[in-house]
Amino acid sequence: MDKGKLLFVIVAFAALAAYPFVAGKFGVDLVTKIMILAVFALSLELLVGTTGLICFGQAAFFGIGAYATVLLSPESEPASVAWLLPACVLLAALYALAVGALSLRTKGVYFIMVTLAFAQMAYYVVHDTTLAGGTDGIYLNAKPALGAWLDLSKPLVLYAFCLVSLMAVFGFLAVLLRSRFGHALAGIKANEQRMRAAGFSTYPYKLAAFTISGALAGLAGFLFAVKDGYVNPELLSWHQSGAVLIMIILGGLGHLRGALIGAFAFALLQELFKSEAVFGEFARHWLLGMGLTIIVSVALLPRGLVGVPGQLRARLLGARPQREASDD
Amino acid sequence: MTDVPMTDAPMADVLLRGREITRRWGGLVAVDRVSIELERGSVHAVIGTNGAGKSTLVNILSGEIEPSAGEVELLGQNVTAWPQPRRARAGLGRSYQRTTLFPAFTVFENCRLAAQARTQRPWSWWQAAQGCEASGQAARAAAHRAGLGAMLERPAGLLSHGARRQLEIAMCLATGPEVLLLDEPLAGMGAEETDRMLNLLAELKEGHAILLVEHDMDAVFRIADRITVMVNGAVIASDTPEAVRSSPVVQAAYLGEH
Repeated sequence: MDKGKLLFVIVAFAALAAYPFVAGKFGVDLVTKIMILAVFALSLELLVGTTGLICFGQAAFFGIGAYATVLLSPESEPASVAWLLPACVLLAALYALAVGALSLRTKGVYFIMVTLAFAQMAYYVVHDTTLAGGTDGIYLNAKPALGAWLDLSKPLVLYAFCLVSLMAVFGFLAVLLRSRFGHALAGIKANEQRMRAAGFSTYPYKLAAFTISGALAGLAGFLFAVKDGYVNPELLSWHQSGAVLIMIILGGLGHLRGALIGAFAFALLQELFKSEAVFGEFARHWLLGMGLTIIVSVALLPRGLVGVPGQLRARLLGARPQREASDD
Repeated sequence: MTDVPMTDAPMADVLLRGREITRRWGGLVAVDRVSIELERGSVHAVIGTNGAGKSTLVNILSGEIEPSAGEVELLGQNVTAWPQPRRARAGLGRSYQRTTLFPAFTVFENCRLAAQARTQRPWSWWQAAQGCEASGQAARAAAHRAGLGAMLERPAGLLSHGARRQLEIAMCLATGPEVLLLDEPLAGMGAEETDRMLNLLAELKEGHAILLVEHDMDAVFRIADRITVMVNGAVIASDTPEAVRSSPVVQAAYLGEH
């Protein structure tokens, strides 16, 4: 990571750490949600931006993590984070392993459709059966904790926990992308045929990336269920898979920073277009505003929001765009 | 499967052998009972018109396509059922008709990534790729050998066409192969670049067995030790360049009456 990118990441995480000292309850709640979405977006970035696998079923892993949090928690007392969190991540990873093992035998548009199909299967299992509350969803009666010092029912503790989780996921992926494994994934994205000719059995690499991605989405699902205290089938719907895909495209594919920026931009735009104070009656049609903004962004910012400084430099100074690098 | 040698005493210098290889696509026979041997220290060219089955043959030998019938033997082992990556790790390198590089990576990074496949723990997720000494050394040596020593830090996407073709070869070399299958390495090259590539192939001949699929007949007759001529998936001649040049069958079918 070059110095500019490193500085951006340090400043961003420092700002997030300082934010609760100046923000009110609403602000803390909103940024907690955005940090969870950022973890979710980072999970998909590993697949789409790094490995070139366009997964349209990421919501299934997110939803499984969320549902597992509620279903595995005792009725009336808080579960321990020490076992509940790994269990939720493991369940999401296992489902990702099964889905990946089958879907990675397809390519291109077929892969997109197969991942969507598996996600819809999971969606209909929770939607159409009584296994997990059906369409009404289920409440988390007691939020998990770890002793007295990590009580996730307290908003500021949850905020800190989400920030640490986000930093850990970002750091883990940064190490991963610089590693031999990460370079192999970048090679697979650029030219899988050449990688096989060089001696890489690409399938296990892609399956490992798919499983790790599912595990990270499961972590985001766990955090989301703890934050909201409620889960419903919409968490697994294709809308959710589409939303996280838009986040990473908006932020800039191929960059971990892009997933962070995209999650923030997406959630803040959503809040803006939903605001009656700004848009009055039109706020009811906020999806229209979101859609138009995303179309314009994609048309004008082909490299996403992370590419804006480069585009501005090119326009103002006539400088050539810098070589793309994804190992941030 | 068990790795049983197909012959009792395989010839020491034959590194790759295809026996009676056939590939059918429905009713079309793309490769028809082709047998071929690649010896260390020699360039074996395969020529033929478009659609003659040359690339299909290379794809079968490299493990990208399964043959409908026939066997492939690499370094004395029957590798017919081996997938392409396993054959590559066993010493079979190939380049493609279309350039297949990683354009955002530098020349060095392209070669290092290719070399990484044969290092210990190529999947390691905690060791930085740039810290791998073994693949770094192999990459540097391969790039120098292919004539790209002065361009190690240049992104592959900014190379000239000739340099890209050299990088294709360098990436093959970085994997430490004993057999090289080169599919039209001279395609689109000017006279100077062709000369440079032919000199490189002449150097690489020492220590490697090379299969060369090529349309540039002048280059083929300059570099090849043996030529196999394919028409409609079948071999119509396989001999020394002089014998092929004077063969009436080849002249009628492919080279024309000169």
